[in-house]
Amino acid sequence: MEVFALLIDGFVIAFQPLNLMMVIAGVVVGLFIGAMPGLGSVNGVAILLPLTFLVPPTSAIIFLAAIYYGAMYGGAISSIMLGIPGASTAVATTFDGRPLALKGLADKALVAAATASFVGGTISIVLFTLFALPLAEVALAFGPPETFALMVLAFATFVGLGGDDILKTLFSIFIGLVFSTVGLDIISGQPRLIFGDLTGFYHGINFLVLAIGIYGIGEMLWTIEVSQGEVLMSKATVSFRRVFDNLKELWFSARTMVMGSFLGYFVGILPAAGATPGSLIAYGVAKTMAKDPETYGKGNVDGVVAPEAANNAASTGSMLPMLTLGIPGSPTTAVLLGGMVIWGLEPGPLVFVDHPDFVWGLIASLYVANLFALLINISFIPAFIWVLKLPFTILAPIIFVLCVIGGYVPTQDMHDVWLMLIFGVVGYLMRKLDYPMAPAVLAIVLGPLAEPALRQSLIGSQGDVMIFFERPISGTIMVFAIFFLVLPLAKVAKNRRKRRDSR
Amino acid sequence: MKYLRRLMLAGLGLTLTLAMGVISAPGDATAQGWEPKKPVEFVIMAGKGGGADRLARFIQGIIEKQNLSSKPFVPINKGGGSGAEALRYLKDHAGDPHVIMATLNSYYTTPLRNTGLGVDIATFTPITRLAEDTFQLWVTTDSGIKSVDEYVKAVKAAGPGNWKMGGTGKGQEDSLVTSMLEKKFGLKFTYVPYKGGGTVAKELIGKHIESTVNNPSEQAGFWEAGKSVPLASFTPKGKLKGRFGNIPTFEELGYGSDMVYYMQRSIIAPQGIDKEVQAFYVGVFDKVYKSDEWQNYLKTKGLIPGWLTGQALTDYFVAEREAHRAMLKEAGEIK
Repeated sequence: MEVFALLIDGFVIAFQPLNLMMVIAGVVVGLFIGAMPGLGSVNGVAILLPLTFLVPPTSAIIFLAAIYYGAMYGGAISSIMLGIPGASTAVATTFDGRPLALKGLADKALVAAATASFVGGTISIVLFTLFALPLAEVALAFGPPETFALMVLAFATFVGLGGDDILKTLFSIFIGLVFSTVGLDIISGQPRLIFGDLTGFYHGINFLVLAIGIYGIGEMLWTIEVSQGEVLMSKATVSFRRVFDNLKELWFSARTMVMGSFLGYFVGILPAAGATPGSLIAYGVAKTMAKDPETYGKGNVDGVVAPEAANNAASTGSMLPMLTLGIPGSPTTAVLLGGMVIWGLEPGPLVFVDHPDFVWGLIASLYVANLFALLINISFIPAFIWVLKLPFTILAPIIFVLCVIGGYVPTQDMHDVWLMLIFGVVGYLMRKLDYPMAPAVLAIVLGPLAEPALRQSLIGSQGDVMIFFERPISGTIMVFAIFFLVLPLAKVAKNRRKRRDSR
Repeated sequence: MKYLRRLMLAGLGLTLTLAMGVISAPGDATAQGWEPKKPVEFVIMAGKGGGADRLARFIQGIIEKQNLSSKPFVPINKGGGSGAEALRYLKDHAGDPHVIMATLNSYYTTPLRNTGLGVDIATFTPITRLAEDTFQLWVTTDSGIKSVDEYVKAVKAAGPGNWKMGGTGKGQEDSLVTSMLEKKFGLKFTYVPYKGGGTVAKELIGKHIESTVNNPSEQAGFWEAGKSVPLASFTPKGKLKGRFGNIPTFEELGYGSDMVYYMQRSIIAPQGIDKEVQAFYVGVFDKVYKSDEWQNYLKTKGLIPGWLTGQALTDYFVAEREAHRAMLKEAGEIK
């Protein structure tokens, strides 16, 4: 097959000593960038872009893609270890990763995250290799109605997320949606909810500010309260044997891993979606399909596996619209796209024809980057566990500093730091009152995608709601969404009845 | 344990060194007189990934590649409120020699629409205009429409409000160009706003909308692949060169010389910076402008070269602002 011949040519390029070095260096740098809260892959790629003028373009993009990849692995690390999402893509990983670490199972969570990332990455690259061009057509077929249907599906899977108390979950979703409307509305061109005239609200509420506040600061306050000033020592240990055992146990998560990979990939190829919604949706679907949904959020390995498989798959997926359509699927690929233009590589429908060396070299290097990211990540796990052994009196100030940096870096605006601290305190109080936080985070990520899609669809159909059901793709997704919405409601009703009966 | 600690430190060290390396990259001192003492903040009036952002990062690349400054130019996106955030930032940094900004047409429209900002663009220090970006009317190849006449016929046949025109946010460039079309041909579109020009281009190819007024750089790839066709260009006769020069202009097609609209791509600095500082930036961008990379970019992306600096640039800004005031009034966006 022609594809394989091209891929083998690509591997020849990827295995050139310089390119191989670039892959390894990129993965290591990416791992650290991803693990630093606030310093996501976007910043990493943007900062290091000028460095790439020292090497040929193909090596340069391989380096940047390796950073992107490494950051996807790295994001999980601080999510699990410190409870602060290292990058926006790793927010869903904190839901279950942090509870696992608190139980002394941090190594298990880290191994699961690394392995799931590897599987997600590999599945998505295989899909990319075989179906790049047909899938570009799928991306094109996705207009506003399809995007909105997908968002409804995502919300539907999350109604079941908050456990039994559906009212509190809905409250959490709605407060997140309100936050997501802050800033300039592109449809009317007017600013909304800017509290008079606070310029800091013009760029909207960055969802990382919310996530770091709730999970970083909120979590820290919570731990301080629970530990009552006692010096906490985590009982985390690690050995080669344990890593091996953990790997074996992961077999039970294989189904979730594959599901997360496919889901993440398909969300990733949609322009404007990217890895963050991909990982959140995968988490929601994994929970809804699980036999034991009540253990999610309390330390279920599948809750780490699903988002991690999905975010790596989505990161590969979002390269597809960038390469084939010249439209970035995520902020990071937008910066990559800028780099490609500087090197004189024009992404678009013809890039596969005009620059086959470049495209197939990049694809092959993703296979290589994925393998190295897994190896490097697993070999670093003992070092990460060592961090957990620090007494909490030392760890807490570090977490606090990292949160402040993480809140500042994305927009470089002190306004966001204050906002993050407020969210931290509010998050802590909401947690005391037993409100689920994940739905609010989901809402603030998906709200800005869902709202314009809804309004664009309705403008296009002149107000006819049937547009969501008449079109084949959006109609199908809507049916699934309704199914997922009814399923948890039925489950809850059944549980209530059971409980009443047993009384 | 010791080995682990060292391993972690080495990793952190590597990241930091790389970051520092970028921040303090050595460069040749090229300009005489004033030199930046720290990295220059290169503010972009739009979010990451859009046309303005890509252009600014491209320019940063040229500066970096050619060592035009002893300190790096660091792009910062302040796209909130259609650039309101960036404009306010510039205003608050009056006299700061380490801040410059890349502009687009929201430089005029945002202060007009949002008078509460208290920004008067005539007070900012002009550096240079690098180019004027152009607009064309695009449809898909599959629509079978080959000329403006056929287009007008098709839109009229669809009935008022049934033809979907996609573009960027309301009150921004694309919507102004769309109003020009409506007025000229007596059409009524349904205008669907999207976040950026790239998305608009893709939506046209996916047939979710029926026409666009994209910049050439946004549709060029699809045009080359035979998926979209430009019907006419919103430029004066003979201004565009290369393959974009072959697109007929509205003027050539006999629709008058008023169907012209540009997007300026300029660099400005805050109010009250020293003459030497201004001279330094003009010098840097002069070299950017003359570089092969920039000249090639202008040619392949269908931009019109447009070096302009000093008082002439401020006069141009003021004249354009007044033109936009009239257009926004016409479109009912402001009073």
